[in-house]
Amino acid sequence: MNSPNSFRNQPDDRGHFGEFGGRYVAETLMPLVLDLEREYRKAQADPAFQAEFDDLLEHYVGRPSPLYFAPRLTEELGGAQVWFKRDELNHTGAHKINNCIGQILLAIRMGKKRIIAETGAGQHGVATATVCARFGLPCVIYMGAEDVKRQSPNVFRMKLLGAEVVPVTSGGATLKDAMNEGLRDWVANVHDTFYIIGTAAGPHPYPEMVRNFQSVIGKEARAQMLDRTGRLPDLLVAAIGGGSNALGLFHPFLDDPSVKMLGVEAAGHGLDGDEHAASLLGGSPGVLHGNRTYLLQDEDGQITEGHSISAGLDYPGIGPEHAWLKESGRVDYTAVTDEEALDAFQLLCATEGIIPALEPSHAIAAVKKVAPTMSKDSIILANLCGRGDKDIFAVAERLGVEL
Amino acid sequence: MSRFASAFGKSVPALVCFITAGDGDTAANLDALVEAGADVIELGMPFTDPMADGPAIQSANLRSLGAGTTTADVLRYATAFRARHPNVPLVLMGYANPMVRRGPEWFAEAAAAAGVDGVICVDIPPEEDDALGPALRAKGIAAIRLATPTTDAARLPQVLAGSEGFLYYVSVAGITGKQQAQIESIEANVARIKQSSDLPVAVGFGVRTPEQAAAIAKVADGVVVGSALVEICGEYGAEAPAKLKELTAALAHAVHTARQEQAA
Repeated sequence: MNSPNSFRNQPDDRGHFGEFGGRYVAETLMPLVLDLEREYRKAQADPAFQAEFDDLLEHYVGRPSPLYFAPRLTEELGGAQVWFKRDELNHTGAHKINNCIGQILLAIRMGKKRIIAETGAGQHGVATATVCARFGLPCVIYMGAEDVKRQSPNVFRMKLLGAEVVPVTSGGATLKDAMNEGLRDWVANVHDTFYIIGTAAGPHPYPEMVRNFQSVIGKEARAQMLDRTGRLPDLLVAAIGGGSNALGLFHPFLDDPSVKMLGVEAAGHGLDGDEHAASLLGGSPGVLHGNRTYLLQDEDGQITEGHSISAGLDYPGIGPEHAWLKESGRVDYTAVTDEEALDAFQLLCATEGIIPALEPSHAIAAVKKVAPTMSKDSIILANLCGRGDKDIFAVAERLGVEL
Repeated sequence: MSRFASAFGKSVPALVCFITAGDGDTAANLDALVEAGADVIELGMPFTDPMADGPAIQSANLRSLGAGTTTADVLRYATAFRARHPNVPLVLMGYANPMVRRGPEWFAEAAAAAGVDGVICVDIPPEEDDALGPALRAKGIAAIRLATPTTDAARLPQVLAGSEGFLYYVSVAGITGKQQAQIESIEANVARIKQSSDLPVAVGFGVRTPEQAAAIAKVADGVVVGSALVEICGEYGAEAPAKLKELTAALAHAVHTARQEQAA
């Protein structure tokens, strides 16, 4: 049991993380959201559900993912030891699959016949298409038309896996518009459709459920670190778009007071302008996509478009638990620019022989800043939440290289 | 007597008309609706992310925001409407974020000052009523709730508790402007709601033609038409008022005479 002072006992029974979270959905969806919560609680209490989840993570996803000490990066930065949780080695190349396995098992348990999802960079779309192929369920992926253009290899992957990819042209034609379209589909197909949301956001119970499925990252890392070093890390670092990989890493450590945590938002071209995707550092609280959280918005509450070199961080909101962790002071948040992320991307390639995705490149950029300020016996653990194969075209373009 | 009570207290069913604020000449469009026989006006507050709306109202939201419409503009349209039409109930309809941006009390105060009678917030279900409901009630503004085909008997009392003005029955599980439900299903659901509540029940989503409106008017206290009117605003721009008048007059005639035909 968690103590009353625990940081790990959120949300409350209405899905609120302090003043954040909740269930801000149309009445049509409300009974479904309540039904989903009931079914999720039953699944949580069912050892067979957990056993099937664990079995698939081990034999299909390839967990546990390694905990890796990065010697040359550590030497290069000249301060704290840098360790990585290697979730980029998962099947499909990112942490997204952990959550998709959990949600599709729940969908099957609930007798749903059709899966929908939204995707930005395409990683969640690929992971969803993957589990749908694995379990033989039809799959519709909503993707902003702009992202369809920017991420054509992932579009092709989803199609190979049997998914129907629907380009969304409304609004700014990016991730938030894809999520709107996912919600519109869901509301029109409530009887047979399960919506696999890709990050720890949306109406309750999604933020809690996605966090719990992703917490396998932190549970493994905590045990691995204790096993390898006999101690806990001093600092955890993870990139944040919606925030599921960061919560997955952070949550199992929240009640370890010696462990500091740093969430890294995308500062795009810089926080002083409008071209960023840092909802916590550059936004304000509001209501969107089923939850109250920090949003990028204007003075009238109109949502503004985020910008990041990383399509996976390019979302104008953030999971409500991060909003609460920020206000509670338990987790620190910072932001790094496109340029800094690109530099970190190249640094990891050169020092460790690992091509990271642009999302964790933001975390690596933050590590690059903070490691030199820490002593050599201290330990940083960063989440390497995705591999960079999908990003080589975007990076080549930014570096002025023609492929 | 409240404006809702008089609008729904007539001997005939009420026609409820929706357009998006700031999409064309809002004042002229609203006047056209009232002159042609609309009994209740729903004025849509534009939002960047109208996730319960179909393509017609999505486009209207984007046209309005593209033209630079602000919350202050919406409130000005409401204030001017109230001055021109002292007796027609006016409802603001939209999404939570623009309504709570400056705090629910600010919004309730501003809406009350503008002469607004009720507010429909699509994405605040009864579970999150605290986010806006108490502030509205404190200012005497009706918090109008939606009931849907998925609102089952166990849940209905929760939806009705705190509902005021009228109940908006969403006839299909889906987004605005799409398919219409079977009239039998509408009749059964309206009857179910009316067993539990004295509130008038207006039915909307997917109602486009006078024929559809007449069929619903036979079984409900009001009929809501939105997307078909909004499409006219989009298609005809400055010429929209005349076209709106044409469709609204036909709808009003259909709704207001539906029960006479039934009796005849």
